[in-house]
Amino acid sequence: MNFGFTEEQDLLRQEVRKFLDAHCPLEEVRKLMETPEGFSRDLWKQMGELGWIGLTVAEAHGGAGLGWVDLTVVLEEMGRTLFPSPYLATTIAAAAIREAGSAEQQARWLPQLADGSKIASLAHLEPSDRWDLAGVALDAKPQGGGVTLNGAKVQVLDAPAADLFVVSYRSAGGVGLALVERNAAGVAVEATPSIDATRRVGRVRFDGVAVAADALLANASDAALGRVLDLATAAVTAEMLGAAEQDIRITVQYAKEREQFGHPIGRFQGVKHPLAEMFVDVESAKSILYYAAWALDERDADAPRAVSLAKAYASEAFARVGVDAVQLHGGVGFTWEYDPHLYLKRSKWARPAFGDADFHYDRVIQFGEAK
Amino acid sequence: MDFHLTPEEEAFRAEVRAFLDENLPPGANTSDPAFLAEWNRKVRAKRWVGFSWPKEVGGGGATIMQQVILKEEMSKRKAPALGTCFMGLAWVGPAIIQYGTEAQKQRFIPDILDGKYQWCTGYSEPGSGSDLASLQCKCVREGDEYVVNGQKIWTSIAMWSKWIILLVRTDPNVAVKHDGITCLLVPMDTPGITVRPIKNMSGGAMFAEVFFDDVRVPVENRLGEEGQGWQVTISALAHERSSIAEVEGLKRKLEELKDLARRSTKNGRPALEDDGIRRRIARFEAKIEGMRFNGMRALTKQLKGEALGAETSVNKLLRAELEVALGEIALEMQGSAGHLEKEVDGGRWQKFALSWPEVVIGGGTPNIQKNIIAERVLGLPKD
Repeated sequence: MNFGFTEEQDLLRQEVRKFLDAHCPLEEVRKLMETPEGFSRDLWKQMGELGWIGLTVAEAHGGAGLGWVDLTVVLEEMGRTLFPSPYLATTIAAAAIREAGSAEQQARWLPQLADGSKIASLAHLEPSDRWDLAGVALDAKPQGGGVTLNGAKVQVLDAPAADLFVVSYRSAGGVGLALVERNAAGVAVEATPSIDATRRVGRVRFDGVAVAADALLANASDAALGRVLDLATAAVTAEMLGAAEQDIRITVQYAKEREQFGHPIGRFQGVKHPLAEMFVDVESAKSILYYAAWALDERDADAPRAVSLAKAYASEAFARVGVDAVQLHGGVGFTWEYDPHLYLKRSKWARPAFGDADFHYDRVIQFGEAK
Repeated sequence: MDFHLTPEEEAFRAEVRAFLDENLPPGANTSDPAFLAEWNRKVRAKRWVGFSWPKEVGGGGATIMQQVILKEEMSKRKAPALGTCFMGLAWVGPAIIQYGTEAQKQRFIPDILDGKYQWCTGYSEPGSGSDLASLQCKCVREGDEYVVNGQKIWTSIAMWSKWIILLVRTDPNVAVKHDGITCLLVPMDTPGITVRPIKNMSGGAMFAEVFFDDVRVPVENRLGEEGQGWQVTISALAHERSSIAEVEGLKRKLEELKDLARRSTKNGRPALEDDGIRRRIARFEAKIEGMRFNGMRALTKQLKGEALGAETSVNKLLRAELEVALGEIALEMQGSAGHLEKEVDGGRWQKFALSWPEVVIGGGTPNIQKNIIAERVLGLPKD
C-alpha cells in the first residue's frame, strides 16, 4: 500500500509551481482580472507546449495519457495562485469526449483540445440549478439523423472564451451529450460576471441549433455522464483545496508578522485555534480527495462516494477558510490591496460548483442505502 | 499511489480471516469468561499479542502492514481485544523494551503479554494536567531506595492494578522543568499508597486519585536513568500507532446510529428520512473517512521510515469532535426521551453520550491538540 505521490508527480508539482510563480504570481493575476478576457493567451499557449493542457488526454490523441491523481497535483497548484485560465473547463470537456465519444469523435476533437488550439467547456447546468441528470431539460428534437437544440445553459465555465461546447440535452431517448461549436447558427454566448474576477462564466442559449449525427457523442449513457460529472467534481475539488490551503498559509504568515498587545497575533489562541481547525478540515478533505482521484483512475466502484465525500467536505471547509481568513486579517482583510478577498470570492464560486455540500451529503447517504 | 496489497499481505489477511471464522463464529458470547480465556490463549499462541514487539522479547515482530491488517480485520468482526493488559501493551511494555534492564524485561514483559495483571499510569497530578512536565510528586533517594511523597490523579483503573508506572520529580532545581523527572515502576501494594476512586458523571468510576506517603521503592525499579523520565515517557507514547482501530470503532458507531435513526421518529417520520439528520450523519461519515485516509497517509510515511510528527493531532481532534457529536445526535434523535436513563436500547446511548470525556480529555484536550497543530505544523509562535 502506498498513499503518497510518485517522484514524477512531485516533480510535476514543482514544475507547475515554478511556472506559475514565475509567470503568474498574484500581482499578475490581479492584472489579468482587469482584462476583458481574464486570462493570458500567451501563457495558455506555453502550457499547451509544455503538455499540461493535454495531461489527461490519451497519448494517441496528442496528450500525456496521465490520470486524475496527476491532474490533482496540477489543479492544486493552479488553485494555490488562483491561476485564471480555461484549463479546468477544457480538461473537463476533454474528459467528457473521452468517456462518451466514439473513437472517431475522440480522434477528431481531442488533439485540438490537448494542444490548446481549441478551448472547450461542458455546458451542463440549467436555470433549474440542479447538477444531477434529472436537471437536464435542454430540448433535443430529432432532425435528419441529428437533433435540433433549444434551451439555455448557465454557469458555463469559460463560456466567453470557449470554441466548443459539450452540451447535455434531453431527448425522447433520455439524456445525451452534443458537441456544438461556438460559431454554429443559433448559439448565443453572454458573459455573466462573477464576483470572482479570476473565473469567467457565461450563459449559453441554443435557439434551434442543428447538430449533425456525428456530433452526438456515441456512448453518452447515464453511467458515462455520471462518471463525467464525478471527474469534473474531483477536479474542482482539487483546485479549491489548493486555494484553501494557500489562504490558510497567507493568514498564518500574517499572524506571525502582525503584532498587537506586544505580541504577534498568532501567539493568541483566539487566532491559533481557528487556524488549526481549518488546517484539520482542509487536510482531511485532501486525504479523501486523493483517494477519490485514485479510485477514479483505478477502482471505479469506490469513486462516486469518495468524490461526494470530498466535495461536500471541501465545500464547507473552503467556505469557512474564505470567511475566517478575511476576519483573522482584521481591518486590512477587507481591503482590495490584501489577498484574502480573492480567495473568499473563489470560495463563492467553488462551493456550489458541481454540487454543494448538501447535494453531495445527500448522495453519500443514498449510496449507503443502496448497499 | 497504490492501495492494492502485496500477495504476502493478502495471504496474511486470509490467515486472519480464517482464524476469525474458526474462533469467533457469529453469535459467539464474547463476554463469557470461558470464551475469553480460550480466545486469549489462542491469540497469544499466534503471537498477535504484542504483535509489533521484537520476537526476542516474545512479541510477533510484525511489519507495519501486518499490524494494520490484523487491527482492521479484528475491528471489523468486533473481536475481543488482543491481550488484556491494556496499558502494559500500549506504553509500559514499549518503554521497558526500549529503556529497561535485562532483569526488568524478564520480570515484566512475559506477564504483560500473558495479561497476568493490570498496569496503571501515574502521570497527571492535581496541578499538572495539560502541562504534564510541571509535575511535583516528590522523590528523594535514600541509599538503595527512593522515597516518594505526593499525589497523582486521573489514574485509570488504579483500583484494579498491581503495578503503576510513575513519574516523579527527583530534582526540583533544574532550569528546564522537563529535566529532573524520573520514571519508577512501583507495586501498588507498597505500604504508603492509598487509592481513592473518582465517581464520574456517568455514575461509574474508572479513574482514581493515588496518594503516596513515604512510599519506598528499590532503586532497581527505576526505568531508565535518573532525570530521564520525560524522555522515557515521550518515546513510549510515540508508539501510539495511527488510528485504525479508532476509525473502525467510529464506523461501527455510525452504522448503529443509522439503525437508531431508522427506529426513531422526527415530525412523524423516521429520523433517517429527515434531511437535517441525514446530512449530519453524512457529515460524520466524511470526517470518519477523512480520519481513515489521514491515517493511511501517515502510515505511508511510516512505511517509508519517516517519523510521525504533530500530524497525529489532526486525527485526535477529529476523533474528539466525533465522539461528542455522535453522542449528541443519538440523544437528539430520541426526542424528549433523550434524557431518560433506560428508555431506549437499555440506556446505552445515554451512557455513550456521557462517556466521551475519557477519550476527549484523557488523550490531551482538544485545545492542547490545536496548540500542537498551530505551533508545530503551522509554525505559529508558542504561547
